[in-house]
Amino acid sequence: MRPIIKASAIGKEYRIGVRSTSQGSLREALAGAVRAPLRWARRRGEGDSAGAFWALKDVGFEIQPGEAIGIIGRNGAGKSTLLKILSRITEPTEGRIELYGRIASLLEVGTGFHPELTGRENIFLNGAILGMKRAEIARKFDEIVAFAEIEKFIDTPVKRYSSGMYVRLAFAVAAHLEPEILIVDEVLAVGDVAFQKKCLGQMSSVAQQGRTVLLVSHNMAAIKWMCSRALLLHQGRLVEEGSPAQVVNSYLWAGRNNRAEASWDDLSDAPGNEVFRLRGVRVRNAAGDVTSELTAQESFSIEVDYQNFSPVVSLGATVVLYNEEGVCVFSSLSNRETQWHGRVFPAGVFRSTCRVPGHLLPEGRFSVTG
Amino acid sequence: MHLTPTERADASRPAAPAQLSDATEAITPQTNTNLSAKPLVVIEPRAAQFDINLRDLWSYHELFYFLTWRDVKVRYKQTLLGVLWAILQPLMMMLIFALFFGKLVGVPSDGIPYPLFAFAGLLPWTFFSTAVNTSGNSLVNNANLITKVYFPRLIVPIASIGAGLIDFAISFAVLGGLMVYYRVHLTWGILLLPLLVLLQATLALGVGVLTSALNIKYRDIRHALPFLIQVWFFASPIIYPASMMPERWRWRWLLGLNPMTGIIEGFRVALFGHKEFDWVLIATSAVTTLALLAYALVTFRRMEKGFADII
Repeated sequence: MRPIIKASAIGKEYRIGVRSTSQGSLREALAGAVRAPLRWARRRGEGDSAGAFWALKDVGFEIQPGEAIGIIGRNGAGKSTLLKILSRITEPTEGRIELYGRIASLLEVGTGFHPELTGRENIFLNGAILGMKRAEIARKFDEIVAFAEIEKFIDTPVKRYSSGMYVRLAFAVAAHLEPEILIVDEVLAVGDVAFQKKCLGQMSSVAQQGRTVLLVSHNMAAIKWMCSRALLLHQGRLVEEGSPAQVVNSYLWAGRNNRAEASWDDLSDAPGNEVFRLRGVRVRNAAGDVTSELTAQESFSIEVDYQNFSPVVSLGATVVLYNEEGVCVFSSLSNRETQWHGRVFPAGVFRSTCRVPGHLLPEGRFSVTG
Repeated sequence: MHLTPTERADASRPAAPAQLSDATEAITPQTNTNLSAKPLVVIEPRAAQFDINLRDLWSYHELFYFLTWRDVKVRYKQTLLGVLWAILQPLMMMLIFALFFGKLVGVPSDGIPYPLFAFAGLLPWTFFSTAVNTSGNSLVNNANLITKVYFPRLIVPIASIGAGLIDFAISFAVLGGLMVYYRVHLTWGILLLPLLVLLQATLALGVGVLTSALNIKYRDIRHALPFLIQVWFFASPIIYPASMMPERWRWRWLLGLNPMTGIIEGFRVALFGHKEFDWVLIATSAVTTLALLAYALVTFRRMEKGFADII
C-alpha cells in the first residue's frame, strides 16, 4: 500500500541567543535599535555569534493509511516540533514531507475557545478553527454536547464553566473531527478517570475506522494499547521505530546501562564510605557466566563484592531488584545467612551472593541496586 | 549503595536500526483507498515566495466568517449598550468636533452643515482606525491559534477588517438619519459609494496586514499604532475640508498619497453632491492603496513562515 505520510530528512533549526534577522536590512536594524538600543549596540561591538540548535535533524519515516503511530521521547526530543511541522504550523528548515490526506491536528484542547462565548458558540468557533465545515458541526452538534455531558450549560459563557466542563467540551469537539490523518499531542489526559477512558476509547475507535493517527504521549500504557507502531526520538533524531512494546522498552531504558557487571578498581572512587566500599557487582546465570540476558525460567545469582577497612560487627549486603516501571520487586537481606551473620567481619574483601530461583520473575527488564 | 547491573529476561530482541528516509520504496498503484495520487500537501522549506494561495484562502472562508462573527460578538459582550457603541462613538466625536471646530473655531465645511460634514468624515475614519487597530494587533492577540493550528494566517487580519465593516454598516444608519434631518438630496454620485467603501476596506487591509506581521516581530508596533493613527487623523480632511488646500495648486494630487484624503473627500461628494468628484485625487488614492496592499502582502508572506517560531 502507498504511504499516506512520507517524510524524508526533515530538520528544524532554531537560532538561540541571537535574533534571527536577515542581515543588512536597514529597517530591521533600525527597528532593533529602537527596541533595544543597548543590546543592539553591544551586539554590534561583539559581532554576531549565532548559536544554531537543531530541534530535529534527519528525521524520515513513512506511515501507511490506518496506522496508529505513537511518538515517544524525553522532553526536548523534538516530538512537538515534529508535530508542528506535520501540521504546518511551522516550516522545516530542510527536508520534505508529502501528505496524501486531509490532516487535522490537536496540539492542545480548546484552541481558540473564547471565554466570553457560550458553549454553543464555542463549539462552532472551535470546530471551524480545527477545520470542520459549518454543516458538519451542525450535524454533529448534539453528539458533541452529549459526549461532553454539558447539556444544561450549553448556553452559558464558558468562562463560567468549571475547568472539568471546559476541557470536556473542548475534547468533545476535537473527538468528532474526521480527517484522514489526525495528529494528537498529549491531550488525552483531561477530565476525570471516567472521561479519560471515554477519550481513549474515542481515539482508538478513530484509529479503527481506518484513519491514520499520530499520537505523542508520555502515557506508555496508552501508546502500547492504541498504537500499531512507535517512533522514538532522541535529541532531535529518530533513533528507533518498531512495535510499541519494543520501542517503549528502549525508551524507558534509554540512558541506563545494560551491563551485567560493574566493578571499581580504584577504591577511592567506589561507592561506600570510610568503613567499607563496593568493589563490584555482577549477575551470573545458572552456568556461572556473567551475563545480562537471562530467561525467566533459569535461576541466577547476584554477587556483591565489598571491602571493609576495619573490623565491624555484622556487615550485611542488601540487594534490591526493580522492574522497568521502577517498582521494587524484592529486596534481599543477608541476615538469614548462617556463616557470617552476627559475627565480627575482619578487614578484608567479602562477597555476598543472592541466588534467585528460576520461574520467580516474569519477563521484563530489571535493575539492581544495593 | 549504588546501582549497577541490569538484566533482561528477554534476550531475543535486537533493537531495530534507526530508519532514515529511504529512496527505494516501491510505488505500487494501490486500489483499496481513495487517497489521491498526488500529495494533497507538500511541506518543505519555502524560498522567498510571493504568491498568495487563493484556493487555500478560500477553503478557509468559513473560518473567516467565524472569526469575524467572534470579533463582533465579543466586542460588545457584557456591555449594557451593546452594539449601540458602534453608533455612539462617531456620534459623540461628531458632537464634540461640531461644537469646537464648527461653532467656536468656525472651520469651513464646503457649505455643508458642519455636523453633517464632520460625521461624513468620521464614519470612514472610525472604520479605518478601529479596523487598523484591531487587525494590527490581531495576530499577536491570536497567538494561541498561530502556535497550535494551521490555517492561512492572512485570515486573521482580514477577519478584523470584516468585523470593522459590520460596525461601519450599523453606524451608517445614523448618517442616513442625519441626512434626512438636514434634507440632503441624493445625487447619482451615491453610486460611487460602494467603490469608496471597498477602497477604504482595501486600505485598512493593507495597513492592517502590514502592521500585524511587523507586530509579531517588533512589539513596538503595538505602542506606535495609536500614535500613528492619531497623526493620520489630523493629516486627513476629516474635521477640515481638503479645499483648504488651493484647488488649482498643481501639486494637489500629492494629497492622494494619503489615501484617506481621496476616500473621505469622495465620500462627501458621493453623499452630498456639493461639488464635482476630484478624479485625480481619487485615482491617486486608489493607486497608493493598491501599492500599499501589494507591499503588505509581500511582507506578510515573507514573514509568515516564522510567525509560529517568534510570536
